[in-house]
Amino acid sequence: MMHYFIGNLGHFFVITSFITALMTAWVYFKATGVSDLAKKNDWLLNGKVGFYLHALSVLGICVSLFVIIANHYFEYHYAYSYSDRKLASYYLVSTFWNGQEGSFMLWMFWHAILGIIIIHTNKFWEAPVMTVFALVQAFLASMILGVVIPGLEMKIGSSPFILLRDVMQDAPVFKSDPEFIPKDGNGLNPLLQNYWMVIHPPTLFLGFAATLVPFAFCIAGLWLKKYRDWVRPALPWALFGGAILGLGILMGGYWAYETLNFGGYWNWDPVENAVYVPWLILVASIHTMITYKNSETALKASVILVSATFILILYSTFLTRSGVLGDASVHSFTDLGLSGQLLVYLFFFLVATVWVAKLRWKEIPSSKEESSAYSREFWIFIGATTLCLMGFQVIAGTSIPVVNKIMEGLGIDSKLAPPTDQIKFYSRFQLWFAIAIGALSGVGQFFWWKKIDRKILFDQLFIPVVLALLATLVIVNVAHVLNVGYALMMFAGLFTVFANLRILFTLLKTSSGLSGGSIAHIGVGLMLIGVMFSSGYSKVVSLNNTGMMISKEFSEEFNRDNLLLFVHEPRTMWGYDIEYLGERLEPRYHVGYLKKGDVFETFDKDKVVTKKELIVGGHTYKANDTINIKGENTFYEIELRKDGKKYTLYPRAQINQDMGGLLASPDIYRTASADLYTHVSSVMNPTEESDWSPLQEIRIAKGKDFFANDYVSVIESVDRIHEVGGITLGNDDVAVKAKIRVKGERGDYLVEPIFVIRNKLVARIPDEINDLGIRLALLNIHPESNEFTIGINTRQKDWVVIKAMEKPMINVLWVGTVILMVGFGMAMVRRFREFSKMKAKGQE
Amino acid sequence: MKKSHILIIVVIAAAIAIIVTTAGDASTYVTFDQAYDLSSAGNKKDIHVVGQLKKDTGGRVIGIAEGMDRVSFSFLMIDDNGKEQKVEYNQPMPPDFTRSEKVVVIGSYDGETFRASKILLKCPSKYQEQNVNV
Repeated sequence: MMHYFIGNLGHFFVITSFITALMTAWVYFKATGVSDLAKKNDWLLNGKVGFYLHALSVLGICVSLFVIIANHYFEYHYAYSYSDRKLASYYLVSTFWNGQEGSFMLWMFWHAILGIIIIHTNKFWEAPVMTVFALVQAFLASMILGVVIPGLEMKIGSSPFILLRDVMQDAPVFKSDPEFIPKDGNGLNPLLQNYWMVIHPPTLFLGFAATLVPFAFCIAGLWLKKYRDWVRPALPWALFGGAILGLGILMGGYWAYETLNFGGYWNWDPVENAVYVPWLILVASIHTMITYKNSETALKASVILVSATFILILYSTFLTRSGVLGDASVHSFTDLGLSGQLLVYLFFFLVATVWVAKLRWKEIPSSKEESSAYSREFWIFIGATTLCLMGFQVIAGTSIPVVNKIMEGLGIDSKLAPPTDQIKFYSRFQLWFAIAIGALSGVGQFFWWKKIDRKILFDQLFIPVVLALLATLVIVNVAHVLNVGYALMMFAGLFTVFANLRILFTLLKTSSGLSGGSIAHIGVGLMLIGVMFSSGYSKVVSLNNTGMMISKEFSEEFNRDNLLLFVHEPRTMWGYDIEYLGERLEPRYHVGYLKKGDVFETFDKDKVVTKKELIVGGHTYKANDTINIKGENTFYEIELRKDGKKYTLYPRAQINQDMGGLLASPDIYRTASADLYTHVSSVMNPTEESDWSPLQEIRIAKGKDFFANDYVSVIESVDRIHEVGGITLGNDDVAVKAKIRVKGERGDYLVEPIFVIRNKLVARIPDEINDLGIRLALLNIHPESNEFTIGINTRQKDWVVIKAMEKPMINVLWVGTVILMVGFGMAMVRRFREFSKMKAKGQE
Repeated sequence: MKKSHILIIVVIAAAIAIIVTTAGDASTYVTFDQAYDLSSAGNKKDIHVVGQLKKDTGGRVIGIAEGMDRVSFSFLMIDDNGKEQKVEYNQPMPPDFTRSEKVVVIGSYDGETFRASKILLKCPSKYQEQNVNV
């Protein structure tokens, strides 16, 4: 039965949210304009009610879509395309934002929450700020409107509540039966079935949403001609945005590091750049806003940077969702036909902001006198400029496809393509900017806290500089950091850490509440050091030390950098003994790994049947139990041993025909000083018939040892059975099953070949041990001598080729990130308290 | 000259330097013939070629061959000028490869074959997909 109601309800909420957003914008606009207090209050009340209605509609949209996904209503395109019945419930949440419509909804949801917080915390600014909020919401709601304007045949927005049959109008199945509902969906991309993909998108979109708040305050300040006052309420939100957006970006990087096999956390891909640049500008704006609060300068710069941050968020939304990057990114962006709408969204706010700013520009106060080279303003300004240039370099490279489109529009045939080596293109510049940032955030912090002249400055800087120099010298020599840029980056990072530690200690004695800034900069310094080592000195450790080529088919480089491991044949790598233990499967709803040899495969790739009782991950499976597994995933158990200690790695290969190939994901062995990053680079083909050796026959009695592929084996018992493969045998038929124990390096294997005479025909069902590459068959029975003929085939043992890299000091990067976030958090709390105090005094 | 002026000049200089190097490092979209000429002339810099996968009359993709190691593959591509070329790729087939309506390969000629170091796909908008798994 089709569930029309929920989709119609959802669509109703979408339309309501659009209309209420427009209405709220208008009402708050009027509220901002009127001076009569009673009237103003009426308008404000209306605005509040309007925004609450809007927020409820947004919630309604989200709930409706979630009901569709959670109940598997596959008549809806969204549920069909991004989920299936097998999906664990927490990944159903990821389904929600797998489509672009869902991510627009997520963005709206956060705006609605932030809007309500602002209504309740800030009476003075409510009307103008919420005007901007409601306008933005109207634009976002229009993206999921899914309405065709009659007459113009123009479609506005792409609705998440569209039925599958409306999407696939030409599919024959819908022509014969419009009420057809698929039994199951296409499922969520297995790569996204990862816990980081549950929390990364909401975090990132909360960061996106948070950039709207300072922007709205800025516009409100210009609008009301309160050029100075908007900064105080905007600053805590800017810090909040900086922390959350930064966290979101790093979560994405960490997901890539753990899941993809390009070997790093950052790839300078357009999707990454598109959020990195607004974050840099946001951080620059935080600095100018703080400078302004301490003196009168940098007000104009703050207006520009705060606006630029929001406009850049819109620009990056356009870049990643319009399809303009289609030829330029490894991410396959689907074009929902929203390019035009996204452009209108971008240009509306760009033009409006420029217009408002131009109108008020002359009135914005700015200090006439030149700031001294020993003032904090000067150095903060240099820092903010560096951040902007850093962002500019990245956005220039990322925008090449846009430049092409513009040229095309002008009738010029542009053949410009993005740089082929993106990592080199961006890193080459970013490295030097990062060095400058490191140095500036060390020096700048001293100006922050003291009125300073040349002499005091040099006194203060002497110790951190000397310490950083000494540390750099030691590390350069110990770790052989011989690249000048890398060594400088390390020095800059160390200098920032030492300089800010010095300030931190002074502050902890006097006013620890103010130490957020120095803590954040210590985090930045550590991140620089971590990035330098883990990216600059990442090295391949899975060197082929056998002296033999893996295969002539492979390139020289592949043969050198990869290690071929056979089951139970130890090798050495990175100072460890390394041994491959075999292929493993992953139970869908329980933890742990199943040995592939312990289960029978079935026709359903997601179900296996146990051969015997198994205890895996604390869960007991009985013999002949059916276990749900994630059929697309195979894990390769690899053991590392050193000094009597054992560590196990489970790198993964995802064989997925829908995805058209083999996707390797690494497993990471973490030590304090470095990560060992291991992924499979070639695996056995499960569909390919293996090459078996010619049959070898052996005549042996029960209980006597024989050798199969050099493994000691013994027939334990031979019993008559009455059922073979689910078929009950007749009276004239005979079947016997032998139980043969084979002693492997690690425990015994039980092989059970069967000998059948059915309808006077002889059949032999062999059994094999994958790990050892042995297949045994019961060929004949000799009752006269009580002996049996066993047929033995052998093949190459199971193998896997791996590549492993050492990522030194990567933990310094993660620790630095956490410290940076703590710093942001402390600064945010401090600025919010400041704002609350002023509010209590009735000044906001 | 005031410090702010010096700063402005430095910023402008840096911005120009960035634009110039961006333009300089930018790759170009070419055809297979042009790529071949470049390679014969000794220019081994990676370039972009845009085209489509070779399809039979029924619209099915043909000419895809999996490499021995299963993590590489080769395929036949036809560029915008209609030239057919075998392309080798040292990685597994990317997701949705056969469904792509446009393919961009980044790489260079090695003898008579084109070795791609990266493949970008332009996939059909999801609203054009017309298959349901019944």
